[in-house]
Amino acid sequence: MTVSDIERTPEIFPASAAPGRRLEEIWKTEPGLAGWFSTVDHKEIGKRYIVTALIFLVLGGIEALVMRVQLARPNQQLLTPEQYNQLFSTHGMTMIFLYALPILSGFSNYLWPLILGSRDMAFPRLNALSYWIYLASGIFMYAGFVIGAGPNAGWFNYVPYAESQYNPGLNIDFYSLGMIFLGISTTVGSANFVVTFLRTRAPGMSINRVPIMTWGTLTASVANLLVVPSVSLAFFLLWMDRQFAAHFFDVSEQGQPLLWQHLFWIFGHPWVYAIVLPAMGMVSEGLPVFCRRPLVGYAPVALSTVATMILGSGVWVHHMFATGLPNLAMSFFSGASIIISVPSAVAVFAWIATIWLGRPVITTAFLFFASMIVLFVIGGVSGFMTASVPVDWQLTDTYFIVAHMHYTLIGINVFPVVGALYYWFPKMTGRMLDERLGRWNFWTMFIGMNLAFLPMHLTGLFGMPRRVYTFPDGMGWDWLNLITSLGAFLFAIGVLLLLVNVASSLRRGRIAGANPWDAATLEWSVPSPPPPYNFAVIPRVASGHPLWEDQLRESEQRSSIGEGLVLDHGRETIATSPLDGDPDLILKMPEDSYAPFILTVASAAGFAGLLVHWWWLAAVSGLVAVLAMILWLWPERRLGQVAGAVDG
Amino acid sequence: MADATLGLGRLPVGAIERRGVGWWGMLCVIATEGALFAYLLFSYYYYDVQFGEGWRPSELPSFRLSLPNTIILLLSNLAAWAGARGLKRGARRELIAGIAVALILGTAFVVLQAIEWRQKSFSVSSSTYSSMYFTVCGFHMAHLVAGILILLMVLIWSTLGYFDRWRNAPVLIGNAYWHFVLAVWLAVFLTFYVAPYWG
Repeated sequence: MTVSDIERTPEIFPASAAPGRRLEEIWKTEPGLAGWFSTVDHKEIGKRYIVTALIFLVLGGIEALVMRVQLARPNQQLLTPEQYNQLFSTHGMTMIFLYALPILSGFSNYLWPLILGSRDMAFPRLNALSYWIYLASGIFMYAGFVIGAGPNAGWFNYVPYAESQYNPGLNIDFYSLGMIFLGISTTVGSANFVVTFLRTRAPGMSINRVPIMTWGTLTASVANLLVVPSVSLAFFLLWMDRQFAAHFFDVSEQGQPLLWQHLFWIFGHPWVYAIVLPAMGMVSEGLPVFCRRPLVGYAPVALSTVATMILGSGVWVHHMFATGLPNLAMSFFSGASIIISVPSAVAVFAWIATIWLGRPVITTAFLFFASMIVLFVIGGVSGFMTASVPVDWQLTDTYFIVAHMHYTLIGINVFPVVGALYYWFPKMTGRMLDERLGRWNFWTMFIGMNLAFLPMHLTGLFGMPRRVYTFPDGMGWDWLNLITSLGAFLFAIGVLLLLVNVASSLRRGRIAGANPWDAATLEWSVPSPPPPYNFAVIPRVASGHPLWEDQLRESEQRSSIGEGLVLDHGRETIATSPLDGDPDLILKMPEDSYAPFILTVASAAGFAGLLVHWWWLAAVSGLVAVLAMILWLWPERRLGQVAGAVDG
Repeated sequence: MADATLGLGRLPVGAIERRGVGWWGMLCVIATEGALFAYLLFSYYYYDVQFGEGWRPSELPSFRLSLPNTIILLLSNLAAWAGARGLKRGARRELIAGIAVALILGTAFVVLQAIEWRQKSFSVSSSTYSSMYFTVCGFHMAHLVAGILILLMVLIWSTLGYFDRWRNAPVLIGNAYWHFVLAVWLAVFLTFYVAPYWG
C-alpha cells in the first residue's frame, strides 16, 4: 500500500450546494436518553458545562447569603462554628473550582469550534469525558457537604489542621479525593483545548488571525496542564498522611507543613489567572463588537495574556509572606507580583482605547464588559498593594484580602461571564435576552457588588480577621458588616433577575437571526442555533475579522465563507498546521460514544471505594475503567486508524 | 477558482504517523505527567534541603538491583524503538518482535523492582524519607504498568495486522509514552540512588 491510497482531494462546494441533509444525518445526536449519555457534540457539552456551573454558582451564592445573615450583626448564633467552617470552605471550593473555571470551559467548548471554523473539538469523546468527570467530582464533593462532612479547613486546606489528628472524620477525605478527581477533568479538558487550538483551525487562520478570546483559554489550558498535577499531588500526599500514616506534613516526624503551602500555591496562583484570562478574552472579543471597531492592540493583548501567565507562575509565595520565609525569596516574589500589573494594564488600556476610539452601542452586554474594567482596576490596585510584603503583613487574613479576592473573581469572572451570556445567548438558543430586564439585571448586580465589597476593604483595614464565625460588638465593624450583607442580597437579586431573564427569553425572546450584533467572527456566519455540523462548508479565512472585511477594507483579500470544503465522507473536519493554518490532513472524527460516561461512572465508583476503604470496589472499578479505555482506543477502520483503511 | 486560492492538493485521510491529533494528545500527557514527577522530585529535594543529610537513612539505596534494572529498561526502550523503525520499512514482523521483547523486559523491571521493595527495611509510614521513596517509586511503577498495558495493546493490534508504514500512530504514541517512562526512571534513579553520593 502506498501513501496515495489513503489520500483524497477534498471537494469544494458553495455553501448553497452543500449537502446539508447528509451532513445533518452524519453529525446529529440520537434523540432521547441514548443521545443524552453518548453525545460528543461540543455545543451540547458546552451548554451542559454552562448550566451545571451556573447551578454551582447559585449553590455557592446561597452559602454566601447564609454567612452574610450570620455576619449581618454582631454576636449572631444562626450558625455553629463548625457549620460556619464548612460553609466558607464549601463556598470557596464551589466558586473557585466548580463554578469559575467550568463556566469558562463551557463557553470555550461551545464557541471554539465555531469561532475557529471547525466541526468539533480535536477530541470530542475526551470533551464528553471532561464534562462527566466534572459533574461526578462536583457531586462527590457535595455528597460530603450534604452528609455534614464538607471541607472545613478553608478552600486552601492548610495542614496541620487538615491532618487526621486535628480533623478526623471524612470531611478532608471527601475534599482530597474529590479534588484529585476534578483534576482529571481539568487536565483532559486543557489538553483538548491545546490540541484544538494547534490543529483544528480553519484554513488560512494563521496564528495572528486567531480570535482574541482563544488566547485566554489557550494560556489557561497550557498552565493547567503544568500546574494541576501540583495540587493533585498535594491532596494525594495529604490523603496518604491521613490514611496510611505517611509523614509528609507531620511536624513531629520530620514532615513539612510549608510543603503543602508551596504545592498548593504553585497551583493556586496560576489557577487564579486560569479563571480570569479566558474571561478577559471574552471581554476582548465582545467589547469591540459594541464599540463597532476591532480591538485596539490585538498583538499586545495576546502577548500580555501569555506574559501574565508566565509571570503568574512565579508569584505563588505572595500567599506565604507571613510564614517566615527568607527575605531574599520574599523580595523576588514581591517584585514579580508587582511587575505583573504591567501586562494586566496593557489589556486595560487596550479596552479603554477601544471604547474611546469606537462608537459604543450601550447594550447590557456592553455594560457588563465595560464595568468589568472598573472592577478589574479596583481589584488590581488592592492586589498591587498586598504584593508589597509589609502591607501584606498588615492585611493578610483580614477582610481586606476577602474584598480584593471578590473584586477580582466577581469583577473579572462573573461580570464577563454574564456579559458573555447576553452576547452569545442568541447564538446558543436563537433568541435574544431581554434588554430592559437586562438593565435591571446589570444595575442591581453592579450596585450590589460594590455595596457588598467596597466597604469590606475598610472592614479589613479596621482589623476584622477573615473566617471568624461571629464578632463582638463595639469593634467598629457593625455597620460595615450590615452594609456588606445588604449588598450581598442586592447582588443575589441581580443574579435572580438574570435567571428570570434566561427562563423567560428561552420561550419568548426576540428571534435573533444569524448575526444580531453584526459581529466579525465566524460563529456569527452560521444559523442560530448552529446545525450539528456547524459549517456546511469549512470557511477559508483571510483576516482576523472575516465578517467585517468589506467595512474595514484592510486589504484586498476576502475570506471565503460561502464556499469551502464539504468533507462529507463520514464525520470529518480539516487539520491545519499550528502556525500558518495550512491544511495538512483530513481528520476523521469519532461517532457518539458511551465510553466517556462508563469511564466516569467507573472512576466515581473507584474514588468512592478509596474514600470508604472498600479496596475491592476500587480494584473492580479500575478494571472497568481500563476496559472502557481499551474499547475507546481500539483502532477503527472508519476512523482511518487501521492499515488498509482506504478513504471511507 | 476557489481551488486555486485554497491550493489544496491531495490530503491524507485519518491519522498517519505523527500528524493525527492523537500524537499531540500524547505530548500533552507527557507534559502534564512530566510536571507531576517534577513536583514529586521537588518535594523530595525540599525535605533533603530542609533537613540535610541526616534525613536520609544511613544505609543508602543499593545499585545491586537498581542498576541492572535501569539497563533492562533502557534495552526495553531500544527494542520498542527498533520495532517501530522496522514498521517504517514495512517489516511488520520486526515490529511484533520489538514490542514483544520490550514487553518482556518491562515486566522483568516490575518484578525486580517488587523484589527490591520487599527487601527494604522500612515501610511507607516509617519516616518522611520512606513515605517519599515509596510514593515516588510507586507513581513511577504505576506509570510503568500503564506503559506495559499500552505495549500489550500495541502488540495485540500489531498481531491483528492493524498497522503498516503509514497507519502507525498507536505504535509511535505508545513508544513516546514508553520513552517518557524511561526518562522519568532515569530522573528517579539519579535522585534516589546516585545523588546521595554527591553529598
